[in-house]
Amino acid sequence: MPEDKGQFDVAYVAHLARLQLTDAEMTQFSSQLQNILSYVTKLNELDVSNVEPTAHAVPLTNVLRKDEARPSIDRERVLANAPETARDLFIMPKIVE
Amino acid sequence: MEYEAVIGLEVHVQLKTQSKMFCGCATAFGAEPNTLVCPVCLGYPGVLPVMNEEAVRKTILSGLMLGCEIARFSKWDRKNYFYPDMPKNYQISQYDLPLCIGGAVAIPGKKLGITRIHLEEDVAKSFHYETTSGVDFNRAGTPLMEIVSEPDMRTTEEAFAYLTALKEVLIGGGVSDCDMEKGQLRCDANVSVRPVGQKAFGEKIEIKNMNSISGVRRALAYEIQRQIAAAKRGEKMVQETRRWDDEAGVTSVMRTKEHAHDYRYFPEPDLMPVVVSEAWLAEIRSAVPELPEAKRKRFVEQYGLPEYDAEVLVADAAVAAYYEQAAAGSKNPKAISNWVMTELLGKFADNKIAPLQLAELVAAIDGGQISGKMAKDVFAEMFATGKGATVIIKEKGLVQVSDAGALEVLAEQAIAANPKSVADYRAGNASAINFLKGQVMKLSKGKANPQLVGEILARKLQA
Repeated sequence: MPEDKGQFDVAYVAHLARLQLTDAEMTQFSSQLQNILSYVTKLNELDVSNVEPTAHAVPLTNVLRKDEARPSIDRERVLANAPETARDLFIMPKIVE
Repeated sequence: MEYEAVIGLEVHVQLKTQSKMFCGCATAFGAEPNTLVCPVCLGYPGVLPVMNEEAVRKTILSGLMLGCEIARFSKWDRKNYFYPDMPKNYQISQYDLPLCIGGAVAIPGKKLGITRIHLEEDVAKSFHYETTSGVDFNRAGTPLMEIVSEPDMRTTEEAFAYLTALKEVLIGGGVSDCDMEKGQLRCDANVSVRPVGQKAFGEKIEIKNMNSISGVRRALAYEIQRQIAAAKRGEKMVQETRRWDDEAGVTSVMRTKEHAHDYRYFPEPDLMPVVVSEAWLAEIRSAVPELPEAKRKRFVEQYGLPEYDAEVLVADAAVAAYYEQAAAGSKNPKAISNWVMTELLGKFADNKIAPLQLAELVAAIDGGQISGKMAKDVFAEMFATGKGATVIIKEKGLVQVSDAGALEVLAEQAIAANPKSVADYRAGNASAINFLKGQVMKLSKGKANPQLVGEILARKLQA
């Protein structure tokens, strides 16, 4: 992440989230996000050097299921929500690598 | 200046499970597009993934077979990126706490280190057309194990040996079928070169799109030469990703994105961590099969086979198991090996011969009941029909004549009918006896014991 010492790069984050923002929005979100970040930065005041990192907030482990296949859903219903279909595939603008 | 290559491999392996990693859709190759899908693997909002126990187990089993340390506590993370093959815009993977750490793949004379093995979900398959792309989500969510090697390989051959040995172990453990053509095993490589003797690594180039083991071999050979040539011209490498074009036999730069990858991994809140208890680990450990390296060694010792035979037989777990069953019922394990290697490999799937029947056939040859030549015919019939060796030998009346008295008569006939060969032999042309031997075999309709015929003829001709 390029942000450093509380500096928030809105253009970068917007790109990662595939959001197109106007200049006005950039300015507005920049200060809003800056405020949020400063607020969260307060957590840095805590000494957590002796605290084990939390993997999950809920104290549960090994929620597993048996390896058993069950029927999938009907393809017609699956493709009904696709903006476009052909050859039973979801069709989208060409993906460039 | 002499250069050497430094190669590391990232191998993705689809695990052999009935259902997907986080939902109950079946895993199958070649099903009709978008028929093995549900809201979970289609990435609908509001769904919850539930871990497939067998996938976790098979990953741990792989780790045990490869000598990894099994993490007692491991967790899931979201790897965020936008691509239509992953519609929820993140892939569930393991970032900082993978299931297996360390380990190695043994190749002849060397151990090639493994950095880590983690479990994740496979993505959908996309097809590219003129102006559009199409996506089939059947593959999305298939349990996928990623095995990251240390940069321990120095030659194309070592990389090839690594992949071959890894495949053998995984297939042997029943973890995956590792069929590259079906995409069950996929491989990316990191390659750099450096002057021999230099400690620091060169700038690494990632190579993608190698779709067969021989493709990996050719891609690496090409890329190493390309980098060495560039280094000799004084060019500096820049870190980049290149795509292997199998038809053209070259690698070329893949279009780089404006921004470098920034996956923003964070813990997956929808999945609980995995804790591997002592009991669970012990249960999985008891399922670790004999590893190929140990099996080869045992074949040499137990059956007195040459190392070459052991290598060929062990390369396919099913063939090795068949061999062992046949050898167990035979006094001549090397002969069994010969039959398996020369007559069964390559068409093993169509074989109808029960292992003990093969042992019976070998016993019939060794006991002198049938000749090696007859045995070939018997074998062919056994292979096609699954009938027993003794039954076929009886049916065809294929009993080798080892009755010395009967063979003497035939030998006399052959000698009387071919005075020229007799004269040649006596004049010192030792090979003339082969013609006479052939005549006796003919007279016996192929049933004479060739060794005995040779002895009788030699005795009579010397007289």
